[in-house]
Amino acid sequence: MAEKELRAKAKEEVPAKAERVRPGRVFVPAVDIFETPETLVLVADMPGVSGDKVTLDLKENYLTIYGEVGPPLGKGETMVDQEYYTGDFQRDFHVGSLIDQSKIEATMKDGVLRLVMHKVEKAKPRKIEVKVA
Amino acid sequence: MPIFFREPGWNPLRELEQLQRRMDRLFQETYGTEWRPWRAGVYPLVNISEDPDNVYVRAELPGVKAEDLEITLQDNRLILRGERKIPAEDEQVNYHRRERESGFFRRIVALPAAMQGDKVAATCKDGILTIKLAKPEAIKPRKIEVKVV
Repeated sequence: MAEKELRAKAKEEVPAKAERVRPGRVFVPAVDIFETPETLVLVADMPGVSGDKVTLDLKENYLTIYGEVGPPLGKGETMVDQEYYTGDFQRDFHVGSLIDQSKIEATMKDGVLRLVMHKVEKAKPRKIEVKVA
Repeated sequence: MPIFFREPGWNPLRELEQLQRRMDRLFQETYGTEWRPWRAGVYPLVNISEDPDNVYVRAELPGVKAEDLEITLQDNRLILRGERKIPAEDEQVNYHRRERESGFFRRIVALPAAMQGDKVAATCKDGILTIKLAKPEAIKPRKIEVKVV
């Protein structure tokens, strides 16, 4: 077992910018973003979102991820005790011009989205040698 | 005359919790502000629902594998234990953001009645754990016919 015990947190809601067409709440997914020398990787927790319900939108330097969740209850069920709300997930990122927009890989597994974005050649790190004069 | 009806298995803590929830709702209805329903505060938060034959317990556990989950049923107590693992990335990576958390969890969910232990099914799909528990005959809804005399 790991040493840390997980603590319950209420999901953060996306502040409403415009009137939405689809009813329901929208939440901000928790993300990890990290870089390797060649790629920029984004991992987002979006429980209840299946692979075919994820929308990725890259406009100029802004990346928007959107995940649509299914109905929270099965047919004929009624809620007895609700501790968490369900709703879609959305988050915007400013990725800058360092991403090769034609090379983005996305995978969805167990409610976790993983986006691997390849860097353009000029954004890859170079070692700078210090010359001794 | 008694003011409160005390059922068998009366739990004063539960009563207090219910009162708290009612107060929250009253507050929300009066002031129109958000009512945040996460009083239990133990990970994972669960939603409990029912239909005539079953009780469903759902929890959001993104990235948790079935083999890292341990579900036990003890009469009316459902025990959820497990661990959320975030596999380590390559050593060369540098983080911009790290919001996802890993760790273990252990929670007891009190169910309205003792369930049939042999009729429990748990599934994990898209990071949502659903536990379906069959209601014992005694608590299933029954239709009561009105006889015409």
